[in-house]
Amino acid sequence: MKPLKHLFGIAGMEAEQLEYLLNLSESFVELSRRPIRKAPTLRGKTIINLFFENSTRTRTSFEIAGKRLSADVINISASTSATTKGETLLDTGQTLAAMQPHVLVIRHSVAGSCEFLADYLDNTSIINAGDGAHEHPTQVLTDLLTWRCSGGFKGKTMTMVGDISHSRVARSHLLAAKLMGYTVRLVAPKTLLPAHVERYGCEVFHEFDKAIPGSDALYMLRVQTERLTDNCCFPSIREYHEAYGLNRKRLKAAGDGCIVMHPGPMNRGVEIATDVADSASAFILNQVEHGVAVRMAVLTALCGGQQHLGRPGRSKQMAVEAMRGQGSLI
Amino acid sequence: MSATDLLIRNGHVVDPANGIDEVCDLWISNGCIAGVGKFDSDAEQTIDATGQVVCPGLIDMHVHLREPGEEWKEDIESGSRAAVAGGVTSICCMPNTGPHIDHAGIARQIIERSGQVGLCNVHPIGAVTKNLDGKELTEMRELSRSGCVAFSDDGMPIWHAGVMRKALEYASSFDFMVIQHAEEKQLTKGGAINEGWISTQLGVPGMPAEGEDSMIARDIMLARRTDARYHVAHISTKGAVDLVRTARAEGLKVTTEAAPHHFALTEEEVLGFNADAKMSPPLRTEADRLAVIEGLRDGTIDVIATDHAPHHEDDKRCGLSCAAFGIVGLETVLPVSLGLVRDGVLSLNDMIAKLTSNPATLLNLDSGTLSDSAAADVCIFDPDATWTVDRNQLVSKGRNTPWHGKEMTGQVTHTIKDGRIVFTDGVVVG
Repeated sequence: MKPLKHLFGIAGMEAEQLEYLLNLSESFVELSRRPIRKAPTLRGKTIINLFFENSTRTRTSFEIAGKRLSADVINISASTSATTKGETLLDTGQTLAAMQPHVLVIRHSVAGSCEFLADYLDNTSIINAGDGAHEHPTQVLTDLLTWRCSGGFKGKTMTMVGDISHSRVARSHLLAAKLMGYTVRLVAPKTLLPAHVERYGCEVFHEFDKAIPGSDALYMLRVQTERLTDNCCFPSIREYHEAYGLNRKRLKAAGDGCIVMHPGPMNRGVEIATDVADSASAFILNQVEHGVAVRMAVLTALCGGQQHLGRPGRSKQMAVEAMRGQGSLI
Repeated sequence: MSATDLLIRNGHVVDPANGIDEVCDLWISNGCIAGVGKFDSDAEQTIDATGQVVCPGLIDMHVHLREPGEEWKEDIESGSRAAVAGGVTSICCMPNTGPHIDHAGIARQIIERSGQVGLCNVHPIGAVTKNLDGKELTEMRELSRSGCVAFSDDGMPIWHAGVMRKALEYASSFDFMVIQHAEEKQLTKGGAINEGWISTQLGVPGMPAEGEDSMIARDIMLARRTDARYHVAHISTKGAVDLVRTARAEGLKVTTEAAPHHFALTEEEVLGFNADAKMSPPLRTEADRLAVIEGLRDGTIDVIATDHAPHHEDDKRCGLSCAAFGIVGLETVLPVSLGLVRDGVLSLNDMIAKLTSNPATLLNLDSGTLSDSAAADVCIFDPDATWTVDRNQLVSKGRNTPWHGKEMTGQVTHTIKDGRIVFTDGVVVG
């Protein structure tokens, strides 16, 4: 298995690496339920969570993950950071890296921010906690751990509904599906689908009801209401909920074994009806719990000191090569 | 021959304007072309051009010099030096400076400054609208009298159909050419790269080809109604090439230019979030690239122009989505264009015509020819020499090239302006 230095995204990763991280995560689920939720794995390690976009769950999840492993965790959010004084991403990144953290966890609205910074930072591992509409790898690991714990994902079908265009989670899942052996169906109006998305090898639906039969997991993406006014992506919340919202009737059509996931935060009554969100089929809080375990695993893999996971690691070039030649992902 | 004479011996002289394409000598006297042929006598100065191509100094009709206003990116002197390092002796500079070239004083100031630099001809392109804001027409007659050779709001499209109609009507009243940066901003808003499979994978907002095509389609209709001279800047899509081809077949006065990056590179260059491959219009698909090449081959595209757009590192080092649009091109235009000759797309003569006589004809310039008594602006290059592009060795202030580290075939050995050697042995002289 190739060692990991950074976690930019699923692009360029190997199935073996994802399997390894999922296996490691499982042990951390158990640790997180013990009376004493602390392990010394990352004692003496410094982790900076650098969040340029608002986030509660992902940032908290990374923070708890680091602390449970005894790392020193520092949180920086855009509102308190130097960026409000006009400092560039590069300067902020270099300044923090000069303080010698082991890991920078970055969320930024610009796609490619992590790869961009990594070109300039030598001794710091970077974890992508979401970059624009590009990738969100720890969310996908979280989802896969949840799915694995509730029946498994091999050969199964995930039906993902909502704003695929602007979703980094969607892109990471579309890549992970190839590696890990599940199928993704996308459901959205064309206004919320990016160009040539079918080249990922996914099925594309515009009618939710047609995509439901045969689904093993329904994955509801958060609707960002600013898309409504800014980009004419859909006419109204009312019509969106009618066309793409997950209600009791649709859940019933999916059958008993079908689980419901959501990366959060939810808009109740928009992409998901309250009774569905609170039903036994919803694994949304399990995702949140598993998110901590997954981030513990990623932090451990990047700086936990196991010899076989040492540096140097996957380079940006591997992600580039994975995309070059348009057939390579299909 | 006199002491001021320069004799370029035994080169492959290519002068499309006069149909010359043979190995012979070029005699320069008193800063002017004195003749093409075989000359026995010796001149004060001789260049042995055996194995090299001798052609008119290149004309680049699409350059951003950044002066006045953004001299940290480029200025008239550094841009002129970059030009002659690339074999270019005449450049047309776009009006999106600060202040804009929307009044005569700025045009005169640029011409005066370029005269002081004295390395290459600088012909300003005047703005079509004041402040490039697409509302009120500039004083085109006055700008023309002050040296502007065409009109454009480049960087910005003339988006308003009514204003574009009036601009074409007014400009064509005096036979002025309007150059359009065709981009329907309602379709490209927020975009950074070509919209397609690559933009989808990178999660970077895209600019669809229809943003370019739709505006050109509209403009061609207006050019038909107004009988105007309409020139499409930096054509990049198959749809646009098809539109221009059809318009020309109809006999409309529609012309276009292609930039080397659009016929040599595709959107795959942006993989890895490479901001030095970001420009507007963006690098497109392979199908688009091949359509641009076909347009060059069949004559739909008259001109090769670089859209030389230097930017400071700070404007590029901020992630692909935030980076400024544009790349430098003056120093790589010749070797990249020679690729068309090596690939059998164009004859050497036709390739050189698209960088000399064709833009000269479009813009009514005296340059771009080796005619007797024309100003002796000459480019000498070794078509087979190889060299590697190093962004840190560029003469331009801009470092933003997608060809960094790439090997080029074809190297300028001498650039001569008004009979004076201004570039030789890799060094700009004076």
